[in-house]
Amino acid sequence: MIQELNFIILLFAVITAFSALKVKDLLSSIVLLSAFSFFMCLIWTEMGAVDVAFTEAAVGAGVSTAFFMAALYNTTRRTKD
Amino acid sequence: MVRDVEDVIIKTIARIMVPIMQVYSLYVYVHGHISPGGGFQGGCIMAASFILLAVAFNLGEAKRRLKEKAIAVFCSLGVFIYAWTGVVPLFFGGNFLDYSKWSHILPGGEVMARYYGMAFIELGVQIAVMAVMVSIFLDLVTAGRHEEVLGKDDDGFYSR
Amino acid sequence: MNRTVAFFVTMLTGLLLIYSTLDFPPWGSPNQPGSLHVSPRYIEKTLEETKVPNAVTSVLADYRGYDTMFETSVIFTAGVAVMMLLRRKKDG
Repeated sequence: MIQELNFIILLFAVITAFSALKVKDLLSSIVLLSAFSFFMCLIWTEMGAVDVAFTEAAVGAGVSTAFFMAALYNTTRRTKD
Repeated sequence: MVRDVEDVIIKTIARIMVPIMQVYSLYVYVHGHISPGGGFQGGCIMAASFILLAVAFNLGEAKRRLKEKAIAVFCSLGVFIYAWTGVVPLFFGGNFLDYSKWSHILPGGEVMARYYGMAFIELGVQIAVMAVMVSIFLDLVTAGRHEEVLGKDDDGFYSR
Repeated sequence: MNRTVAFFVTMLTGLLLIYSTLDFPPWGSPNQPGSLHVSPRYIEKTLEETKVPNAVTSVLADYRGYDTMFETSVIFTAGVAVMMLLRRKKDG
């Protein structure tokens, strides 16, 4: 059972990471990156590394999302490529 | 973020959440001795509470709670506390960061001295991380122009 | 042309990385090098050497104290670097 759960979470992590690269809207990209951080946090928790998961949730999903938002506030929302 | 948003729901929820986040961050720091957590995570949650204050109200509101000079002092104060927690045991014949030598100063024997030493260094990490995160956020969101965007006096009602 | 070359180089690197993972010990194996001499030492001696009930905190704050100290210094340096790069005077 834990193996299937692991597989599903890994699949979602890969999907969110790939779509964060591919999406044109930078705001959606930031939100997808935050979701990716949460899936990584679930993976760490499932592996038993609770401390790393806590750090990932606090930094990756919380503060760094706010940093990206703050950087986006001063630039345009659309990518060129 | 810089402009004052007129949203009752966001402001009320932020007003409720900010004290809870700050108390929870202190809990994470203090309880990091026996459970997952510690200074880094606690500092990040404390910084997130100030960032929430800046996002939900305006930047002046966050800067009125945490002055810019205080941020600059806290940045170096954290590293200062950590380094001096390591240096003080040298005076009592121990190694660098040998916490059990703190028992010469603080009461409670060597076991409690180790607890105090770790609490000190985690406090240093917490203060440094909190101040640096808030400082980076303020620099990024105003593109470094604090005074132009916010005005010299932190009255909290300045808007661009 | 450039994109095809880049695609093949990336795929080749990925395949080499996947091939190299075949030599790794199985996931969570007790016989892997990391859990043979370092981890048991810390897990057994943590309570009597550092008097901390949480092994992660004892490794982070006691055994690897220098590491955490310079990690804090790195964060401080990052904050100072952002201040230097972005902050400017009112007329500058």
